[in-house]
Amino acid sequence: MIRKISKALSRFPLHLAVIAIALAWMTPSVGLLVSSFRTPQAIKSTGWWTVFKTPFDFTQWTLENYATVITTSGLDRAFRNSLIISIPATILPILIASFAAYALAWMKFRGRQTLFVIVVSLLVVPLQMTLVPVYSMYTRMGITGTFWAVWAAHIGYGLPFSIYLLRNFFGALPSDLFESAFLDGASHLTAFFRLALPLSVPSLASLAIFQFLWVWNDLLVALIYLGGTDPVAPLTVKVANLVNSLGAEWHLLPAAAFISMILPLIVFLSLQRYFVRGILAGSVKG
Amino acid sequence: MGPALLFLIFFLVYPTLNTIYLSFLDAKSEGFVGIENYVYAFTSDEMLTAFKNNLIWLILFTGCTVLFGLIIAVLVDRVRYEPFAKAVIFLPQAISFVGAGVIWRFVYDYRPQLGLLNMLLSIFPNLKAVGWLVNPDTATFALIIVAIWMWAGFAMTILSAALKNVPAEILEAARIDGANEWQTFWWVTVPMISSTIAVVTTTMVINVLKVFDVVYVMTAGRYKTNVVANQMYKELYINHQHGRASAIAVILLAALVPAMMINIRRFREQEAIR
Repeated sequence: MIRKISKALSRFPLHLAVIAIALAWMTPSVGLLVSSFRTPQAIKSTGWWTVFKTPFDFTQWTLENYATVITTSGLDRAFRNSLIISIPATILPILIASFAAYALAWMKFRGRQTLFVIVVSLLVVPLQMTLVPVYSMYTRMGITGTFWAVWAAHIGYGLPFSIYLLRNFFGALPSDLFESAFLDGASHLTAFFRLALPLSVPSLASLAIFQFLWVWNDLLVALIYLGGTDPVAPLTVKVANLVNSLGAEWHLLPAAAFISMILPLIVFLSLQRYFVRGILAGSVKG
Repeated sequence: MGPALLFLIFFLVYPTLNTIYLSFLDAKSEGFVGIENYVYAFTSDEMLTAFKNNLIWLILFTGCTVLFGLIIAVLVDRVRYEPFAKAVIFLPQAISFVGAGVIWRFVYDYRPQLGLLNMLLSIFPNLKAVGWLVNPDTATFALIIVAIWMWAGFAMTILSAALKNVPAEILEAARIDGANEWQTFWWVTVPMISSTIAVVTTTMVINVLKVFDVVYVMTAGRYKTNVVANQMYKELYINHQHGRASAIAVILLAALVPAMMINIRRFREQEAIR
């Protein structure tokens, strides 16, 4: 009995540390969430932590900020733009990358290793390196400020990581499976659609989450190739603009920020398992 | 392979080579100016501040993220509510830098009735409120803390997986030989996960050299918080100095080449085992 108690006591600092870290990590986000439901006057005059004195005083809670940012600040349109950008920009690069990754993993051709080394090197190339030429190319083609510009750019920028990750996944599939398929006369196309893809659904899912979060949360690509104009601006650009322009209306920021985070948070919380799997495959092995 | 190659060449290979070429041309990419843009990049006040800040970022952000990631991974490994604690710490990974910028504005706000940090300071009667984001002495550190908050979960996830791969028998053997917890950790666990620590560190170095969004959203490079990537954005989009912008990008790439080499070498080792 005494030993049990002393063991529990000796573990007390451990629990304290873990809980303190978790609390410290949550506090900033909780603060913003609480703020977004408070009345404009309350946000401007008292800290969000004061609500915990009277959490059940429902007069202090309101959806007003959400209603205002959606109807008057155009967050609804920005949300739609983010979806329009993210969905093709998630599916297309993965589709293209999976063909390339299959070729790199299971087709024998000269220069295969070199090609993959190039992909690995391109992983590190900063986006900044490509901005000037792609931007002037887009201007000549007259597609700056259109969704085509960002879709294409996200395909290009997303490919190295997608190819890299998928090649590692495809390459880890048992090779006798493929050998016996080829012995039975299967073509590469059949092997790709009937073996590689179906066996890699979880891997494709983890890559899709990565690509989706990256595109949805991207600011730089959208800022440069789309510009900051309302008809095409996604949520990140819109919220960044609000940060600089709201002035006296800044009490709307928490609600706006939460609208921009809600979808990634849902995706993340429901599919965390796949996300972690992707991170591990992308870095530990690499 | 065809379409993939097309996109890679169009968006990465060709632009990279083109940028190197443009970095020797003038603002409008018309006349040849030699190394003038590089002279500018290594001597202008704004760039020198940016270099200094990137160095601070490199050391503090990389060091703290890896260290916190490791500490947290070790701690949560010993409690039963590990999945919950990990999810909480990992969650900021799903948030954009723009969102994180708004979240942390409310932590750093100067007014003690709004900013959490200044509220905590105001508990002590002789401490004054600090303008965390506008005071040049604190602003860069304030930004680094936001980035650590976002990335420590990433480091934790990878390191935690590596920790779980350390065989329990080896740890047990060390303990039987009389090593205490700390000695076991330092002399057995850390060497066994050192390659993972190296991977995480490389990833963080790559992240930190490219750091842009968090600075752009929170201070736009003012109050001596400028970083190289933000200065490049300014030269390109505000000053329309394409030559200078390209030169800055090339410097950024040059700084990343060692990380690229490390990745390629690790890839070759991994292929040799395969």
